[in-house]
Amino acid sequence: MEGTERTKPEGGRETRTIAVDLVARVEGEGALRVTVKDGTVQDVELRIFEPPRFFEAFLQGRHYSEVPDIVARICGICPVAYQMSAVHALEQIFAVKVEGTLRDLRRLLYCGEWIESHALHVYLLQAPDFLGYDSGIAMAKDHAAVVTRGLRLKKAGNAIMTLLGGRSVHPVSVQVGGFSRVPLRRELEALKDELLWARDAAMETVRWVASFEFPDFTPDYTYVALRHPDEYPLNEGQIVASNGLQISVSEFEQHFTEHQVAYSNALHCTLQGAPYLVGPLARLNLNQKHLTLLTTQALADLGLALPLRNPFHGIIARAVEVLYALDESLRLIERYEPPPLPSLPVTVRAGIGMACTEAPRGILYHRYHVDGDGLIREAKIVPPTSQNQGRIEQDLRLFMPRLLSRPDNEVALECERVIRCYDPCISCATHFLKLDIKREGAM
Amino acid sequence: MSKHDPEKTRPKLGVLKFASCDGCQLSILNLEDDLLALGRALDIAYFPEASSSVNPGPYDLVLVEGSITTAEDAHRIRSVREQAKVLVTIGACATAGGIQALRNWDDIEAFKRAVYPRPDYIQSLSTSTPISEHIHVDFELWGCPIDKGQLLRVLTDLLAGVQPRLPADSVCLECKRRGNVCVLVAKGMPCLGPVTRAGCGAICPSMGRDCYGCFGPSEGARKGPGLPPNTTSLAQHFYGELQLIPVEVLRRFRGINGYAAPFKEESESWDKKT
Repeated sequence: MEGTERTKPEGGRETRTIAVDLVARVEGEGALRVTVKDGTVQDVELRIFEPPRFFEAFLQGRHYSEVPDIVARICGICPVAYQMSAVHALEQIFAVKVEGTLRDLRRLLYCGEWIESHALHVYLLQAPDFLGYDSGIAMAKDHAAVVTRGLRLKKAGNAIMTLLGGRSVHPVSVQVGGFSRVPLRRELEALKDELLWARDAAMETVRWVASFEFPDFTPDYTYVALRHPDEYPLNEGQIVASNGLQISVSEFEQHFTEHQVAYSNALHCTLQGAPYLVGPLARLNLNQKHLTLLTTQALADLGLALPLRNPFHGIIARAVEVLYALDESLRLIERYEPPPLPSLPVTVRAGIGMACTEAPRGILYHRYHVDGDGLIREAKIVPPTSQNQGRIEQDLRLFMPRLLSRPDNEVALECERVIRCYDPCISCATHFLKLDIKREGAM
Repeated sequence: MSKHDPEKTRPKLGVLKFASCDGCQLSILNLEDDLLALGRALDIAYFPEASSSVNPGPYDLVLVEGSITTAEDAHRIRSVREQAKVLVTIGACATAGGIQALRNWDDIEAFKRAVYPRPDYIQSLSTSTPISEHIHVDFELWGCPIDKGQLLRVLTDLLAGVQPRLPADSVCLECKRRGNVCVLVAKGMPCLGPVTRAGCGAICPSMGRDCYGCFGPSEGARKGPGLPPNTTSLAQHFYGELQLIPVEVLRRFRGINGYAAPFKEESESWDKKT
């Protein structure tokens, strides 16, 4: 939704307000307000007006065993991420270490979510920007085969989640200590053919998105992601940044701080006072040595050298991670032997635990304080989109000047495209995007 | 332009959200095999989560996700109703207030202080309420998230001009049909299946755990068609046989659909016992 408004205040200086009431093709609702004075961008405010739902408040007094079911509801697009950060934080308190096959299954479930969430964003939310359509469904009129491939790819991710979790949106099997049920070997085997197809489709996806035309835009980013000594990060690792930061997850709150701004229902998070980038681009750039042979080859064939520094290349990073997740899923299925028990025994004890996992959109931090009865005393959740918020605003500030000579509606559209690069999940960040450009003075 | 252009006579669909997780809207996009056919059968005129193309109403059919938690949204839902010929709520938030309705038993100001350093910046009502508390709703689709098969059935029925009907009996029936061992009787888990609406396919017991009521209260069992389920009997079983303490019984009913009348009344009756 867009609108243009011009006012001429006393003194003859012109103020223009361009408004996009709702940034489309993002999860949740938010707005953008940009003030332009005498041809210079003065202020950029990403305003998240998705109403707050107060998860951290109503988690207080709930039993630890209810947490995976409750926090899943923060986000229908990445429920597994919330469940994973939660169970790992709680297991830290109870000194439970989930290893071996159960650890593999959690990794496999998370791969399913990455495939589903990334395929959704690549095909239905972001590709229409590059090919000039309003939606993936509209794009299908001219590119039926491509969209059909994307939907089938997305479905392959959902199939993994449905097998392991009972359903793909808000899976039901994840619990502290493991799962309520683990699959039979033959059930996993039955997925293989489709995942092999999907892996080929993911290779084609990487080639397809790499052929798009990208604006020349390379801001100076501080990337932040998990890093694990042996594998591409999903559930475990240290927090590392491209500025040399290397900390354990328990040190997160000493380095990253959340603060509130009047115009948004989402808290902003900064690293040592400055914005930073999380998500596929950051993950890929900080973890290239753990990509599989196939994934590295796909990048090399296209002449793509890491680090990728253009936010618009996020779509390539997502496609590469879909390929990785399928390769990894097939590897995990191949070596699967059902564990003796679906879940490890848990002995409740009081304490505080933290965990950080790699949600599709970037690191997701949880901290819980549990009492001796297993009840939650305090919860803190820092979702990826609130971490990227400051960086999105910063990028818009840098990207806007090249747009200012263009009409308001085009500026608005281009800004929305920049925002979509981050695949922002506003439902998560709040714990509608409205674009409002205020122009003052000339231009 | 031809008068018989089928593009122009397709029913206009609007999809929008209030306070929610977006999972029910995602369930529409998860209709992978049928999504493009749906896009041909319906004119997807307003669906900001999936399309930048925004066409003004009125709409033949509007799907509403999410609950009402702000004064602005309480106002907005009225204008949505004016634009909608048929309005269907999708999911637990829109149909029963959702998990965020847990605030309805608590102090919203304390909630704001628990999450935000500057609670004064936050505009929020003290309650999260279902859409039907604000406007007339033509059909309510339960589930957290909704079942995409049920959604497709409701859309197909509405397109054919048929009043949709979905089973309102309990998860137990689906569970028995799947041949599951009863987790309530055999494993002593506090399963809400006996009082929860069918539709999910008894996922939880099939995955070796107790149902937690995400499809809302069932109808009809024992008390008769259209009547609420016998939550009291189940709650007494949790308390007497499974040895749950009163606050645990309360929490069982005060969950995803805790603000749906039968679950609300049951949890409140245990409030007095804790």
